[in-house]
Amino acid sequence: MQAAQLEPAVSCRGLRKIYDPRGRWLGAGLGGGAGAAVVAVDGLDLGIRRGECFGLLGPNGAGKTTTVEILEGILEPSAGEVQLLGMSWARDEVRLRERIGVALQETRFPERLSVAEVLNLFRSFYPRSKPVSALLADVELTEKRDAWVGKLSGGQRQRLAIACALVGEPDILFLDEPTTGLDPQSRRQLWDLVLRFRGAGGTVVLTTHYMEEAERLCDRVAIIDHGRIIKEGSPAELIRGLGAQDVIEFALEGAAAGAGLTESDLLALPAVTGARLAGDGAFTLTVSEPARALPALIALVSGRGAALARLETRHATLEDVFVTLTGRHLRDA
Amino acid sequence: MPEQSDTARPHPVVQLTLMRLRELSREPGTLFWVFGFPVLISIALGLAFRTTGPEPVAVGVLPGVPAAVTGALTAGGVRVKPLDEQAARSELRAGRVALVLVPPAPGAGDVLGYRYDPMRPEARLGRAVVDDVLQRAAGRHDPRAVRDEIVREPGARYIDFLTPGLIGMNLMSGSMWGIGWVLVNMRVRKLLKRLLAAPMRRRHLFYGQAIARSIMIPVELGVILIFARLAFDVRMAGSWLALALVSVTGSACFAGMAILVASRAQNSETMSGLMNLVMLPMFVLSGVFFSSSHFPAAMQPAVNALPLTALCNGLRAVIIDGAGVGAIAGSLAVMGVWGAISFVVGLRLFRWG
Repeated sequence: MQAAQLEPAVSCRGLRKIYDPRGRWLGAGLGGGAGAAVVAVDGLDLGIRRGECFGLLGPNGAGKTTTVEILEGILEPSAGEVQLLGMSWARDEVRLRERIGVALQETRFPERLSVAEVLNLFRSFYPRSKPVSALLADVELTEKRDAWVGKLSGGQRQRLAIACALVGEPDILFLDEPTTGLDPQSRRQLWDLVLRFRGAGGTVVLTTHYMEEAERLCDRVAIIDHGRIIKEGSPAELIRGLGAQDVIEFALEGAAAGAGLTESDLLALPAVTGARLAGDGAFTLTVSEPARALPALIALVSGRGAALARLETRHATLEDVFVTLTGRHLRDA
Repeated sequence: MPEQSDTARPHPVVQLTLMRLRELSREPGTLFWVFGFPVLISIALGLAFRTTGPEPVAVGVLPGVPAAVTGALTAGGVRVKPLDEQAARSELRAGRVALVLVPPAPGAGDVLGYRYDPMRPEARLGRAVVDDVLQRAAGRHDPRAVRDEIVREPGARYIDFLTPGLIGMNLMSGSMWGIGWVLVNMRVRKLLKRLLAAPMRRRHLFYGQAIARSIMIPVELGVILIFARLAFDVRMAGSWLALALVSVTGSACFAGMAILVASRAQNSETMSGLMNLVMLPMFVLSGVFFSSSHFPAAMQPAVNALPLTALCNGLRAVIIDGAGVGAIAGSLAVMGVWGAISFVVGLRLFRWG
């Protein structure tokens, strides 16, 4: 293997970002008043290989966007080092900008420009750029070429944003929550786009709080909470790390909800590796072999004179990994 | 043309300028503010203050004033309004009569009273006219022979004064809205941040704004000048070169101030507040609608230091008095200083994200 191939696409060490409220003055608007400094990113190390799709998975406010914007060279880190393709923002800003593509969490392009006009604006910034028709074909917007941005649907706007990121034929594509707020069909269309870019050898760094998206797109994910990485690996590895591939969720009938069932009772059942009682009286078990755990569970419940109100089994997801690690759900954390 | 734009790669400054011009020309609202609004103001104020000869003096007359007095006033060209005590007070307060004639007090002989507010120029004028008419009717003989020589100086009407003021106001608003508001809008929409994430030279964005603005200046000037010429026969006395110099300097000055005002604002509400804070005092103080020389002498240095005062003075000097470049150097210097300082400070404070 060549040295250039070994060199990571993105690496950072000891990344920290502290927002100092005293820095916000003059015209910062209401709500920026006095307050304690906020630590958005708290010592982050990342190594993202070339050609992989890497996901930063975490709830809102975990520090994903701050991290990505530091990697994109938009924000200055308070501490830590960032290298992209072996270059640093301080020394090689112009060359780096030409080799990465960025789609921010939200960019509203001028409503009264046409799709082609927006693409031509972005093409003008790059020494070499893809022709408009090729870009439009990439993101399936060919028939919207002369439509005003204001007339596009949410999914079409998001695809335009990605087309703008692809203008300079980048080596690394950064996508910040690319599918938030999109309908399922637009979401799948976007996933295909990302997979095609990666399939052509591109590196993708994306943030998301949809576990399904991370499982579908990412070769590796880092689960982020409170500005730190709490787990890193391929989705399959992380799920395997639970010690179980499946999940059983159940709840007991009405007043029997207590029924003397404790987490340790459940952990004693065969093939059960984890047990949690949620606030609403529902239990979640992680199990390695549902075929062995289920009969034992049913026997235990009827032995206590209780009845099941609800029972379901499913494969474990990254969501279960997050819940196991933090005790909270991704979406409402 | 689509095939051509497919591979052609125009310069970023061209693209950024085009973006601004396209947005501007495709937004019906901005077209109204650029073209419709100044024309409407000229029509409204031009008609309100058109000069069709001096208005006759109006006088309120209380019951008890001798008929001979009102007869003499009417004969002397004064408009007489019989009023009771209460109506007289309100008419006087509203300025619908310049003064009120009060009948002689009992036991005071035939001494007429003039009731008026000497703080009002039209009241003092009314008193002089009324007194003149009454004294002459009572048999006063003027020992000094005089004759009136009437002139109608072009450029002395209110619309002549107003037109350069409107141009100044329009150039200021054009720069503040067209640059300041647009930059904040781009920040709110995260477009500034997105451009920053692309390999765009930051200065190219400002060049694009400046070029688009320069293209708009002749349009903004032309609309008002042509309309004023056609509707009110307002004539341009000075050189076009001097006019261009004042206008471009004024626009550049307010472009610098727009960048300063827009440098930190994070939302449109903050921005419109800040723009009003900057522009409203100048609308009032800088002599757009009336001469700033009406303000007390103590305020004059401050008023004259304002950039809009300098712009309006410069425009009036060129358009009305036909002044050359040398005569407007002072105005140009004032605008240059404001513009340069604002621009430098604004760029230092400028927030992209």
